Amino acid sequence: MMSPVYGLIYILLAPIAGGLVAGIDRKITARMQGRVGPPLLQPFYDVGKLFEKENLVVTRSQDLYALCYLVFMLVAGALFFAGGDLLLVIFAFTLSHIFLVLGAYASSSPYSFIGAERELIQIIAYEPMIILSAVGMYMVTASFFVSDIVVSSIPIVLYLPGVFIGFLMVLTIKLRKSPFDLSTSHHAHQEIVKGVTTEFTGPNLGKIEIAHWYEYVFLLGFIFLFFAFSIPIALLAIAVAYLLEILIDNTFSRVKWQFTLRSAWIIAGMLGLINLAVLYYLSGGLQA
Amino acid sequence: MTYLKRSPWIIHYDASSCNGCDIEVLACLTPMYDVERFGIVNTGNPKHADIFVVTGSINEQNREVVKNIYEQMPDPKVVVAVGICAASGGVFRECYNVTGGIDKIIPVDVYVPGCAARPESIIDGIVKSLSILEEKRTKMNTPAAKKDALGGGIQ
Ligand code: SF4
Repeated sequence: MMSPVYGLIYILLAPIAGGLVAGIDRKITARMQGRVGPPLLQPFYDVGKLFEKENLVVTRSQDLYALCYLVFMLVAGALFFAGGDLLLVIFAFTLSHIFLVLGAYASSSPYSFIGAERELIQIIAYEPMIILSAVGMYMVTASFFVSDIVVSSIPIVLYLPGVFIGFLMVLTIKLRKSPFDLSTSHHAHQEIVKGVTTEFTGPNLGKIEIAHWYEYVFLLGFIFLFFAFSIPIALLAIAVAYLLEILIDNTFSRVKWQFTLRSAWIIAGMLGLINLAVLYYLSGGLQA
Repeated sequence: MTYLKRSPWIIHYDASSCNGCDIEVLACLTPMYDVERFGIVNTGNPKHADIFVVTGSINEQNREVVKNIYEQMPDPKVVVAVGICAASGGVFRECYNVTGGIDKIIPVDVYVPGCAARPESIIDGIVKSLSILEEKRTKMNTPAAKKDALGGGIQ
């Protein structure tokens, strides 16, 4: 029951939506800090400019890795919106980040090395929770296919409150928000310059930026699944979740990677696992 | 339509400044002046930057550093020298180790006067440098320049 049309719509419209989300994010952040902030379309200007710049690379393989990051992010999101298998989506999603890490490792710069290592740690931190979310959705709807999950009338979030909280937590990591903006950050240039993206210039950085926009839309789409029974509630939940992320971003300072890993696994993992165990017990095992 | 003018990212380097100019540069980022209104971001990474903002003068310690940062920036790029020290060496110009202004080492496009330069004039200088940046971009895209880049490359 996959519909490639939605995948295509995602490929065409997600950069616009993602860029707008990034613009709103910067605007609200500025207002929270008592500033006027950049124009709403600033992220588009930034990326437009990056493509006007010279492409300086340490090795040519960086071009390939940046492109692969974008392409696999596109594949993951398109599969998701086309209603594909959640596990496959998560696999492509992780793979795209591996390419980003490889790109950072390819340039022998200490800052991008630190960034790459931290990015790997972040992947380790959020990966279990994302898989748990997929498993939870399977337990509730008896399907790994997004197309089935999205049409089910069961209020998934009521069955998976722990998983949802855990997912919100890894969302902070995924959106590169404080306190978990370890691998690359707009605020950390005193210590790691730009982390993973340090050695990417001009068009390559532009591609990474666009991949981030795709990622934003994909992640917000994942929140949608929890509330798929009612579209207005789902949209409201997405807006509230994102505002919460901006608020968290502006109120917390960056933590160490040890804390990131521990909190992501212990808090999110335990909430998720207990949630799934209770669900399993109440439903008397898997009926499917 | 050009995006370069709408999204100038800067890297700020403190050569041997007395810190007076640096405080004023940082003041531009505060809510009072908020340069992000113009899309200006302080990146701290030469590879992402379009504008090189230098305060203070060149001395024996930092001449290599200034050159290095400048060479790491992708084209098109401009240099803004902030403060009298960066323009000519200022009060330190007679010191035994001071070579002089930034233009002794790298080409400077805009000089912002003042000791210390006021935030308003720093913002003004950066906005002025944007048209020079744009000029450089147009020059970069001419066929002759492209051929040059292929032959010469960056050192
Ligand atoms: S111009 Fe004046 S304030 Fe600026 S670095 Fe030189 S001495 Fe300090």
